[in-house]
Amino acid sequence: MSAFWSRFRQNRGAVIGLVILAIVIICAIAAPFLFPRSPWSMVQRPFLPPFEMEGLPLGTDALGRDVLSGLFHGARVSLLVGLVSTVVALAIGIPIGALAGYYGGLVDDALMRFTEFFQTIPSFALAIVLLAIFQPTLAYVILAIAIVSWPPVARLVRGEVLSLRNREFVEAATLSGQSNLRIILRQVLPNALPPIIVLASLMVATAILLESSLSFLGLGDPNVMSWGYMIGAARTVLRTAWWLSFIPGVAILLTVLSLNLIGEGLNDALNPRLRKRTS
Amino acid sequence: MSLLTIDNLSIALPKGADRALAVKDVSFTLDKGEILCIVGESGSGKSMSANALMGLLPEGVTPSAGSITFKGRDLLTLSDDEMMALRGKDISMIFQEPLSALNPLMRIGDQIAEVFEAHDLLTPPERRKRALELLHEVGLPDPDQTIRAYPFQLSGGQRQRVVIAMALALEPKILIADEPTTALDVTTQAQILDLIEDLRKRHGMAVLFITHDFGVVADIADRVIVMQHGEVVEAGEAETVLLNPTHPYTRALLDAIPALTFRDSVEQTAQPILSVRDLDMTFTTRTGGFFKKPRVVKAVQKATFDLYQGETIGIVGESGSGKSTLGRCLVRLLTPQNGVVEIGGRDISKITGDALRQHRRRIQMVFQDPYSSLNPRSRIGTILTEGLIAYGEDKAAAREKAKELLTVVGLDPSAMDRFPHEFSGGQRQRVGIARALALDPEVIIADEAVSALDVSIQAQVLDLLADLKDRLNLSMIFITHDLRVAAQVCDRIIVMQRGEMVEFGPSAQVLGNPQTAYTQSLLDAIPGKAHEAALAKQKEAQL
Amino acid sequence: MLGFIAARLVKAVFILLAILVLNFVLIHAAPGDPAAVMAGEAGAADEKFLQDLRERFGLDQPFTVQLWNYMKGAIQLDLGYSYRQQMPVAELIWDRLPATLLLTATAFVISIVIGVAAGVLAAQTQGTWWDTLISSLALLFYATPLFWVALMASLLFSVWLGWLPGFGYQTIGANYTGIDRVLDIGKHLILPATTLGLFFTAIYMRMTRASMLEVSRLDFVKTARAKGLRNSVIQRRHVLRNALLPVITLAGLQAGQIVGGAVLTETVFAWPGIGRLMFEAISQRDYNVILGVFFISAAMVLLFNLITDILYGIVDPRIRLTK
Repeated sequence: MSAFWSRFRQNRGAVIGLVILAIVIICAIAAPFLFPRSPWSMVQRPFLPPFEMEGLPLGTDALGRDVLSGLFHGARVSLLVGLVSTVVALAIGIPIGALAGYYGGLVDDALMRFTEFFQTIPSFALAIVLLAIFQPTLAYVILAIAIVSWPPVARLVRGEVLSLRNREFVEAATLSGQSNLRIILRQVLPNALPPIIVLASLMVATAILLESSLSFLGLGDPNVMSWGYMIGAARTVLRTAWWLSFIPGVAILLTVLSLNLIGEGLNDALNPRLRKRTS
Repeated sequence: MSLLTIDNLSIALPKGADRALAVKDVSFTLDKGEILCIVGESGSGKSMSANALMGLLPEGVTPSAGSITFKGRDLLTLSDDEMMALRGKDISMIFQEPLSALNPLMRIGDQIAEVFEAHDLLTPPERRKRALELLHEVGLPDPDQTIRAYPFQLSGGQRQRVVIAMALALEPKILIADEPTTALDVTTQAQILDLIEDLRKRHGMAVLFITHDFGVVADIADRVIVMQHGEVVEAGEAETVLLNPTHPYTRALLDAIPALTFRDSVEQTAQPILSVRDLDMTFTTRTGGFFKKPRVVKAVQKATFDLYQGETIGIVGESGSGKSTLGRCLVRLLTPQNGVVEIGGRDISKITGDALRQHRRRIQMVFQDPYSSLNPRSRIGTILTEGLIAYGEDKAAAREKAKELLTVVGLDPSAMDRFPHEFSGGQRQRVGIARALALDPEVIIADEAVSALDVSIQAQVLDLLADLKDRLNLSMIFITHDLRVAAQVCDRIIVMQRGEMVEFGPSAQVLGNPQTAYTQSLLDAIPGKAHEAALAKQKEAQL
Repeated sequence: MLGFIAARLVKAVFILLAILVLNFVLIHAAPGDPAAVMAGEAGAADEKFLQDLRERFGLDQPFTVQLWNYMKGAIQLDLGYSYRQQMPVAELIWDRLPATLLLTATAFVISIVIGVAAGVLAAQTQGTWWDTLISSLALLFYATPLFWVALMASLLFSVWLGWLPGFGYQTIGANYTGIDRVLDIGKHLILPATTLGLFFTAIYMRMTRASMLEVSRLDFVKTARAKGLRNSVIQRRHVLRNALLPVITLAGLQAGQIVGGAVLTETVFAWPGIGRLMFEAISQRDYNVILGVFFISAAMVLLFNLITDILYGIVDPRIRLTK
C-alpha cells in the first residue's frame, strides 16, 4: 500500500487531480451549510455580473438566482451521479464479464452478443430515449447513465478473466477442489482489480460529462440544480451574459480533468507492466 | 588479426536495477569463419553483450567502458548513421522468438527486400530475385509461394529460416545468433543448427552464437565462453572446456545436464493405479462467422496405458503432439470425448460437479510456469491450505500440514507468510510441488515441470522429484519435450506424435532401441550426443 | 474478406432488428397508454385520435401481433407519424439525414487524421516538450464537455471575432449555387465539425501515442533495426502500420459516440440534422421522432462500424486471408 502511494505520488498530474477533486468534494459537502437557501430561489436582480456585489461573487443568472450557490449544489449532483452510476455500471458489468470470461463457450457468446449490442447503439442517444420516455428523476438519470456505460466494464473484465482463467494458478485451484464461485471471487477477480479500478475512475468522469450533457438538453431532474442545467438555461443569453455558460463549464472541466488525472496516476501506479520495466 | 576484438567491455544497467553492471570487463575475439558460443544461464549478461555489438541495447542500458574493434574502428564510438550502415551489411543478427521477429502486416518478400533497400543496393526486380534465391538457400519449400506469404502463414521453423535469409542477404562478415533455436522443437532445432553450420562453411562467416544449452554448444562450437553474473568465468576451445572444465561454475553446469541413461522399470503391481483406455480429445474451434467451417483438431486419439504404483511414465513429443492435452484430460481440466480414465477402479472421465470435485484430490498436477502457477496475491500459506480447507480440513490442521510439506520440499516453514514474488523460480516450483502433495494424491502429473527453469535449478528440482518418489512411493506421469529429462526420471515412456501414441515401452527400450522412425528422429535431434560419447570415452580412458 | 464482410452485414441486420424490438418494448414500458405515448403529450391527442392510433397499431391485439406489425412497418421504413409536425417520421429524418452525415463524417475524419498525426508526433518526441504539450492538450480535450466547448467556440469565433458563422447550415437568403454553395456550407461546417471532433481527437491522440510506444518494443522492430533500416522508415513502415490496428478498432467503437454527440453539437449550432430534430422532439415529447432518430443513428453507427471493419481487413492480412 505504501509502495503504491509512493508510486502514485511520483505522478505530479495525479496529485494535482487529487487536490482539485478534494476541493470539489469539500464544496459538495459544504453546500447545504454555506448556502442553506435553495439554489433555485431568487436573491437579486437577474444578470448581475460577477464581482459587482458583495455576498454574490459570481453574480446572478437570468432568474436572479445565486450562481455560486448553484455551483456548490451542482457539485453534489455531479459527484453523486458520477459515483452511483459507476457503481451500478460495475454491478452490471463485472458479473457479466466475469461469467462470460470464466465459462466461455455459449455463455460467453450470448453475453458478449448482448454486450456488443449495447456497445453498438449510440449510448448518448439511448440515454436520451430512456429519459424522454421515463420521468427524468435523479434515480432514472443515474440508471440511464449506468445502462449506457456498463459495456466497457464487461469487456474489460471478460478480457482479464479470459487471460487469468488459463493461468496455471487458477487451474491449480480447480484441481484442489475449490468451487467455481470461490475461484472467481478469490483467485480471478482480485487479480483483475487494478485495471477495473482505473476504468472506474475514468467512468466517474464520463458519467459526470454525460449527466451534464443530459441536463443541458433538459433531461435532468428538474428539481436538482446541476452544472449542465445551468449552462442549458444560460444558452439563450450567451451573447449578453456569456459568463453564465462559461463558469459552470469550467467547473465540469476541472472536475472531469481531476478524475482523469487520478485515473492516469492509478494506472501508472497499478499497471504491473510499467512496474516491471522500471524494476 | 581477429575479425572482431572486444576489450574490457562493461555495460551499465539503469539505476534501480538489481546490479550496476549487466556485463563487466568482458574481453574476447572472434575470428573469420569460426563459431563462438557464449553460454550462460538467464541473467548472465550473454544477450547484452551480443546486443551491444549491434548497437541495439535496450533503452537506459549503455556501454560504460571498453571497446569493440571491428575493421579497425571502435563500434562504441560510431555515430548512429555509421552504425546503421554497418547493421545488416557487415554484422547481422537473428533472434530467439521467430513468431514475433517478423512484421505481421508485411509480405515475406518485401521484408527481405528491405535489407537491400536499407543499404541502397540493387533495383526492385533484382531485390526480388535475390530474395527468391535466399529463400531457396535457407531451404524453404516453394520459395515462389513463400515470397508472397505473410508471417502468420508460416510455421515457427520456417519463420526462423526467413529471419536467417534476411541476415544472410548482404553476406555479412559476422552473424550474431541470440538463442535462435530455444523456442523451436528439437527436430526443427537440429535442422536450423545444420543450416547455420552449412552457411558458415559456404560463406566463411564468423558466428557468435548465444545459448544456454551445452548440448547445442557441443554440436556446433569451435570456441566457448562461459558467462556468470555478467562476467566471463571460462573461455577456450570447445573440446577443452567441455571435457576438462576448470571453473567450478562450468563444471556445475555440465554436471547438471541430464545424461541419456535409462532407469530400470519398476516391478509392476497386479492392479494399475491409473488406467486409461481409448481416450479421444478433439477440439472444435469456430473461427467466427456463419460461413466458415469449424476447425477440428484431433489432439489426442485412442490413448491407452496403465500406470502402476510407484512408477513414472514419461509422455514425450514435440509441440502439438497432444502430450499436454492428454495430461489435462487425466486431471479433468478437459473433458475427453471418448474413453475411460479409471483411478482406483472408478471412471472419472465423464463425471461432473460434486462427484468430480470429490475425486479431484486423487490426481494432482505440477505446472510448467513457476511464475504463473502461484496466485500473486495469495500468501504461500493460503496457496497450500486452500485445497485442504476446500476438502473440509480444519484450518489449524491444514496449516500444520502445509508447514510439514514446505520442509519436505526443502523450504523453510517461515515461507508460509510470504508472497510468491519473494521467491525464485526454483523455490516457486518447490511450492508448486508441495501444493500438489498437499491433498495426498494417488497420482501426480508433472506437465513440463522443469522446462522453464535454468539447467542448474532444473537438476535440483529433478532430484527433489526423484527423492519424493522414492520416499512417498509416488506414481507419476511426467510430460516433457526433453528426452534427456525423460530418460533420467521415467521408467516407461510414451512417444506421441500428432495426437497418437506412436511408441510405448520401458525407457531403455524406447530410447535405446526405438521401433519407429519418428522416435529415432527425435533421438537423432538431441543436441550434444557426440560430446556425450567423447565424455564416455574419456571416462573409460581414466578407468 | 467477402465472407468477413458478409458476416458483419448479417450481424448488423440482427442488431437493427434487436433495436426495433427494444424501441417497441420501450414504448410499452413507458408509463401510461402506449397510444398516448405515441401521440405525445400533444394537444392533438384527443380521444378520437387515440382511438385511431389504437386501431392503426392494433393495440387491442396480442403483444406478438403488435410487435410483428411494428417490425413489418419499420422494415419498410415506416417509422410512424409525428403528430406534432404532421409528417411521417421517416420523411422528417430523410430530409435532415444528409446534414448529419456530413457533420459526423467530417468530425470522424478530422478527429482521426489530427489525432493520429498528433499521437505519432508525441510518440516520436517522447519525453520532450512537444510530447508534453500534445499529451496535455489531449487530457484537456478529453475532459471538456462537448456542448460547452461548442458554445464557447461559437461565442469566440462567431460572436466576438466574427470569423466564422456560428449558426445553421448555409447563409440564409444568399441562395449560393455551385462552388460558392459548397464553400458556404464548408464555412458553416468548420465550427460544428471541429468541436464535435475535439473529444475524439483527444482519444485517438492518446491511443496512437500509447500504441506506437507499445509496438516500438516488439521484436520485429528490433529485426528491422538489425537490417540497418533508418529510423524514419522503421517508424512508418513497421511501427505505425501495426500501431494503427487498435486505433481503428477504437474508432469503430467510438463511432456511436460521435453520432450521439451530434445531438449536442447540432443543438448548439442550429445545424439542421437529425440531432437537432431529436432535441426538438425531446421538448415536445414527440416519441415517434425520438425513437425514429434513435433507430437511424444506430444504423449510421453500424455503417461506420462496417467501414472501420473493412479498413481493418485491408490493413491486416490475417483477417483478409483467413477466408
